[in-house]
Formats: sequence, structure tokens, C-alpha cells
Amino acid sequence: MATTILSKKERKQIKDALWDNNPVTFQILGICSALAVTVQLKTALVMAISLTFVVSMSNVVISILRNKIPSKIRIIVQLSVISSLVILADQFLKAYMYDVSKQLSVFVGLIITNCIVMGRAEAYAMANPPWKSFIDGLGNGLGYSSVLILVATAREILGSGTLLGFPVVPQFLYDIGYVNCGMMVLAPGAFFLLGIIIWVQRAISGYTESN
Amino acid sequence: MEHYLSLAVKSIFIENILLAYFLGMCSFLACSKKIETAIGLGIAVTFVLTVTCPANWAINHYLLDKGALAWAGLPEIDLSFLSFIAFIAVIAAMVQIVEMVLDRFSPKLYSALGIFLPLIAVNCAILGGSLFMAERGYNFPESVVFGFGSGAGWFLAIVAMAAIRAKLQYSHIPNSLKGLGITMIITGLMAMGFMCFAGIQL
Repeated sequence: MATTILSKKERKQIKDALWDNNPVTFQILGICSALAVTVQLKTALVMAISLTFVVSMSNVVISILRNKIPSKIRIIVQLSVISSLVILADQFLKAYMYDVSKQLSVFVGLIITNCIVMGRAEAYAMANPPWKSFIDGLGNGLGYSSVLILVATAREILGSGTLLGFPVVPQFLYDIGYVNCGMMVLAPGAFFLLGIIIWVQRAISGYTESN
Repeated sequence: MEHYLSLAVKSIFIENILLAYFLGMCSFLACSKKIETAIGLGIAVTFVLTVTCPANWAINHYLLDKGALAWAGLPEIDLSFLSFIAFIAVIAAMVQIVEMVLDRFSPKLYSALGIFLPLIAVNCAILGGSLFMAERGYNFPESVVFGFGSGAGWFLAIVAMAAIRAKLQYSHIPNSLKGLGITMIITGLMAMGFMCFAGIQL
């Protein structure tokens, strides 16, 4: 399906954002929320979908407006477009998924200041036509989502022994003395996991930062 | 008085906005390479948080909250869905005003904070502070204390991090762990350290 809609170049654009230029592990953008919502896979999924929606739609809107926005006030225009989209997402979550929206608390609102959204609007959508900007937004949203889902899966399995709320660690392991790692549920676990993911990703891609 | 002191300790140490809620990570990672920059940015964040938290409290309490417009004769209007856009506008405007005031009255501090002030408008710690304040229903003095406490906690974390990273230059780190990777792991260790404050009550 995707192969018929997207040209080869557009597929590469998405792949780039997923691996070589991943917004979280490579460009160091949007880490705040990547850590806060990953205690459970469910909240992480909802957050990932919301962010992908906001970043691709804001890219489209800003790209349509790009010739009309005076460059002096572009930041405030971008911020208002983004916050309107975030309000939409937040109202939708409150209406249809009230429990999850309660758990995410302020972090849906914080998509506004998520650097990925602002960064893509400023760096890509201001200079490119709507369809290309949409693909770029989608790619970056998916890149962010992949890290989020990875961290959340590891944290939920190791921390609570469940996945999406269903127990996955078999009972006989508990019987022979296995215990859930409480640290994974707390803040430090998220930091360690993300550090390790970055390490693995960079070891494979061979990228080195100067200290 | 004790209540406010306890709230301050809670927001600085136990529920540190950076280490427990992960807010303001981006600038924390980008600007913690040198101690001077870390101190400058930390002061700017503390300052702006202390100003914007009460300002947003007033906006929320007199304009947006359910029944907040009662003073204008419109008690049944609920504008709380507008809070995101109102808060971010207040923050952007406040940063602008703070910048101009500093430029006029304290050029020295202005040049020291320089490029950091405009950056702060999109720091998630600032918006996060206001959103937490609204969600937890703090009153006016509590919002001042909470704003200052969160800023001070952020300052403490970034300065400590910059000091550790300065020492880190002398250590042997695997190539692909350098930079972001090791910084995340150190942040994790710091978060563990700060968790030891949990349970302290005044």
C-alpha cells in the first residue's frame, strides 16, 4: 500500500528520520516527553500518535502559510498554529480516552514546547511545499514514536512485568525468585534506558560526538 | 509559613522539575557543557519561572477557569480549554518584557543572560511549571513559591551537571557513548541521588 503512494525519494525521507537522523537519539530533540510518558506502553502509544498528528499537521499548515508569514513574527505564528493543534488533540483525548488523558496530565500540553515540532516547522516547513513537509513531519513523528515505544516496552516489561496491562512474565519465573525491577518505573530507569539505546544506536551507525 | 517552606523543599529537591518530571531536558543537555553558561541559563530560568507562574495563575484564576469570569457577570463560561494557548502567549510576552526591562535597568545582567532569554520561551520547564500549577490548583502565594522552587531545582541540576561534565573530559568513555549517551546515564545517577530526599518533611 505504502509503496504505491510514496515515491522512492519520499520513502527515503521517512527512513532517514527513523534511523540516520532520528530526532531523539541523533538531534537531541524532544527528550522531555520521551521519558515522562514511558512508564506504560499505553500512554506512550497515545502520546506518540498525538505527537505524530501535531507535527505532520503543523508542518502542512505552516508550509501553506509560509509565504504569508512575516519573518519577524514567525515564531509566534508557529506557536499559535502548534498550540491550536495541541488543543484539538487534548480535547479529543479528554472526550474519548479520559483515563489516558488523566495519566498523561500536563504532557499533552507540553507537545507545544516539544522541540521536534518547533524545529521541523522552522527548519523544514518554512522552506518546502505542503506535501513534502507532511512527509517530513510524518517521518520525524515516527522516529520519535519508535524510540518512545522501545523505551516504554522495556520499562513496562522490566518494571511491572506487564505489556499493555497484560502480564507477560510467566508465573514460574516469580516462583523461582524473579522480581520486577522497581527502578524501571521511577525516573532514573528512563534515563539509563535512553542512554543505553543511544549507545547501541551510535555503536551501530558509527557516529561519535566530540566529548 | 511552614507550609510554604515545605512546598519549596518539595519542588526543589523531592519533585525536581528536571530529574523527576523530565522538563527542560533539551536545554539541559545542550547548555551544560560549560559551568558559566549553565549558571547563566539557570538564573534566567529561575527568574522567568518565578515571574510567569504567578502571572499565569492570575490569567487562569480571573479569565480561564470554570466560573472565573463571574466578576464580568458571566459565571457559567468555562474557557479552560484555552489555557495552553493563553499560557504560552503569556510566557512569550513575559520573556519579551523581562528582556526589555533588563536591557533598560541592568545592562550587565542583560549581556550576561544574552541569548538565553529568548530561548527560554520554548523551554518546557516554564510551560510545565504553569500547567502543573493550574492542575494542582495552587493559590497565589503557593504559585510564587512553586515557580521559584522549580526554577531553583532546575538551576541546581544544570550547574551540578556542568561541573560533572567538566570532570568527565579526563575519563575514558567508549566512543559511541560519548556526549549524549553518557550524559543521560549521569542524569539517571543524579536522579537516583535526588530521590533520597523523598520522605523529608518540614
